[in-house]
Amino acid sequence: MGSSQTEQQTIAALVDQYRDLPGGLLPLLHAVQAEIGHVPDSAVMTIAKGLNLSRAEVHGVISFYHDFKTQPVGRNRVQICRAEACQSMGSRHLESYAKQRLGIDYHQTTDDGNISLEPVYCLGNCACSPSVRVNDDVFARVDQDRFDQLIADLGGE
Amino acid sequence: MRFFIPQDTSALACGAEAVAQALLDANIEPVRNGSRGMFWLEPLLEVETAQGRIGFGPVSDKDVATILKALESDASSHDLYLGAVDEIEYLASQQRLTYTRAGLGDPLCLENYQALDGFNGLKRALTMSPQQIVDEIKNSGLRGRGGAAFPAGIKWQTVLDAGATDSQKYIVCNADEGDSGTFADRLLMESDPYQLIEGMVIAGLAVGATQGYIYLRSEYPVAHRLLNTAIEKAMEANFLGDNIGQSGKSFYLEVRLGAGAYICGEETSLLESLEGKRGMVRAKPPLPAIEGLFGQPTVVNNVLTLAAVSTILAQGAKTYQDFGMGRSRGTLAIQLAGNIKRGGLIELAFGVTLREVVENYGQGTYSGRPIRAIQVGGPLGAFLPESQWDTPLDYEAFAAIKAMIGHGGIVVFDDSADMAAQARFSMEFCVEESCGKCTPCRIGSVRGVEVIDRIVANEDRDNNMILLHDLCDTMEQGSLCAMGGMTPFPVRSALTHFAQDFTGAGKGDN
Ligand SMILES: Cc1cc2nc3c(=O)[nH]c(=O)nc-3n(C[C@H](O)[C@H](O)[C@H](O)COP(=O)(O)O)c2cc1C
Ligand code: SF4
Repeated sequence: MGSSQTEQQTIAALVDQYRDLPGGLLPLLHAVQAEIGHVPDSAVMTIAKGLNLSRAEVHGVISFYHDFKTQPVGRNRVQICRAEACQSMGSRHLESYAKQRLGIDYHQTTDDGNISLEPVYCLGNCACSPSVRVNDDVFARVDQDRFDQLIADLGGE
Repeated sequence: MRFFIPQDTSALACGAEAVAQALLDANIEPVRNGSRGMFWLEPLLEVETAQGRIGFGPVSDKDVATILKALESDASSHDLYLGAVDEIEYLASQQRLTYTRAGLGDPLCLENYQALDGFNGLKRALTMSPQQIVDEIKNSGLRGRGGAAFPAGIKWQTVLDAGATDSQKYIVCNADEGDSGTFADRLLMESDPYQLIEGMVIAGLAVGATQGYIYLRSEYPVAHRLLNTAIEKAMEANFLGDNIGQSGKSFYLEVRLGAGAYICGEETSLLESLEGKRGMVRAKPPLPAIEGLFGQPTVVNNVLTLAAVSTILAQGAKTYQDFGMGRSRGTLAIQLAGNIKRGGLIELAFGVTLREVVENYGQGTYSGRPIRAIQVGGPLGAFLPESQWDTPLDYEAFAAIKAMIGHGGIVVFDDSADMAAQARFSMEFCVEESCGKCTPCRIGSVRGVEVIDRIVANEDRDNNMILLHDLCDTMEQGSLCAMGGMTPFPVRSALTHFAQDFTGAGKGDN
């Protein structure tokens, strides 16, 4: 339902690519998500069939991991570190500021579909906290001004 | 003159890319090295001059023009001039065995790696029998650096002895590094990835494994890219793959990405995840050494454990063993983080006190306010008040005060920290990250959050206090792994040492 034919073809091709890889389900899910942005419901059946698993098993794996999304997400992913090192440098303030600034809570996407906000537990940048990850880039010592600038750089609206 | 500007995550997070671009704009192609681990100086721009390698930091792209100008006359006149980088006290006073190459050059350059003693350990291992390699590791006293501090040599012996002679065995590197305040694995993988690869090949030779996996957390995209390229290059140069260095031995290596689950750092959960399943913790026995990945004998070791292996083989067990105190041998990769003026990686022999690290290296808090609490060993580690800061960094000494060194992360909090909020977070984190197998962990943590909220709100205080301790007892006793079993450690330490924060008076503002 709702999934285009090309999406189905993409998924089928990826399943073919990963089906013989030992323990290939996680790499496959990462690949699907990299191509489509999330793991659509329609993918679950194809993956289950291709990897000889039940749909419940595939679904169980998807739901276990924070990374995998079953709904479409924004064009950009903004993650704020919630872990202790960042807390010690005021990330709690940053979190509430970010939510208010974007008008969304964690796991939500701005109305224009530009930004999804997510929590993350540690980015390994703990000597230069607070840390924010925007797509694949990590930013150090993010205060409110710096956050505004990062968001402005993403355009949108 | 050669210029160096790191491609390490923290350096990039502090603006290294813009500095590199500014150099390119000035027609200078910098070497993209790893980081030295002095993150408070990042981006650290290094310049190889006739007088040796000098540094400037922390620099921004706007400083590049003035630095170039200063280099034409008197470099030391520049505000950001640091002098010879090797002589910076923070670095010069360390005892580096694992991070000797970190930040010196392009982490992907194989020639550079070999010029700096890389692959010497592997070359020696190729002349030894599996049992001799395992004995060397046993004699070094090396204990696992992932947290549990289990003797690496004993684990390897189990895997060497397990299964039939031709059974498939695996080497799994735990690169899930989930503890807040830790970045030592990341720094090693981004600054010196061949050292990890070398250690894994040696482990393969020791136990008879031909396939290795690096289970890397998805929060580390830079390390991911660098590791994949390093593996490709090592394959091309025949340090990996078939018939390594014409020895007749083979070893293959693959990086697998985690998917944002803290519990997958626990070794059996990690193995489930590698098999493509939910990361549910397995009951032990069977030990992974006997029935690990896909049911086969498997070595699971932390990044730093495997990296140390290459040093031990290159320099001998005795050299390694000579560092440290008591049963904690060798060096510890201390990671100084949180609210700290000079955060970074400090590699020292075991035995230095927490206070020495935080005061001498860290120079106090970033905010300039007094330190209030220090959390060592990640989210399951206790919050230590000042009376405990003279404890030496030694596994046994920390265990004796109901704390742990874990992976060596140190998170500093200043006096604005609200320790009731931190205790609540410890429970909240357990709610978020529990694998769900045991009720005390899964449900106990949810109740823990509620009870702490009630205590702070002054609702039926005495009874809720008793309830919280009961909950902690149940979690400690009834959990399969340390996630549920040790979440009470930070909670109880906050209750014991920072009781005033639980009175609901509203302490702190972070
Ligand atoms: C909740 C939990 C999380 C863990 N996370 C990690 C981790 O991120 N990295 C790691 O190396 N070990 C982690 N460990 C320890 C591993 O279970 C295991 O002891 C380690 O990988 C063994 O390697 P080592 O002996 O070289 O330390 C964790 C343990 C628990 C209980
Ligand atoms: S203690 Fe928690 S994380 Fe560990 S096995 Fe039990 S439920 Fe899973």
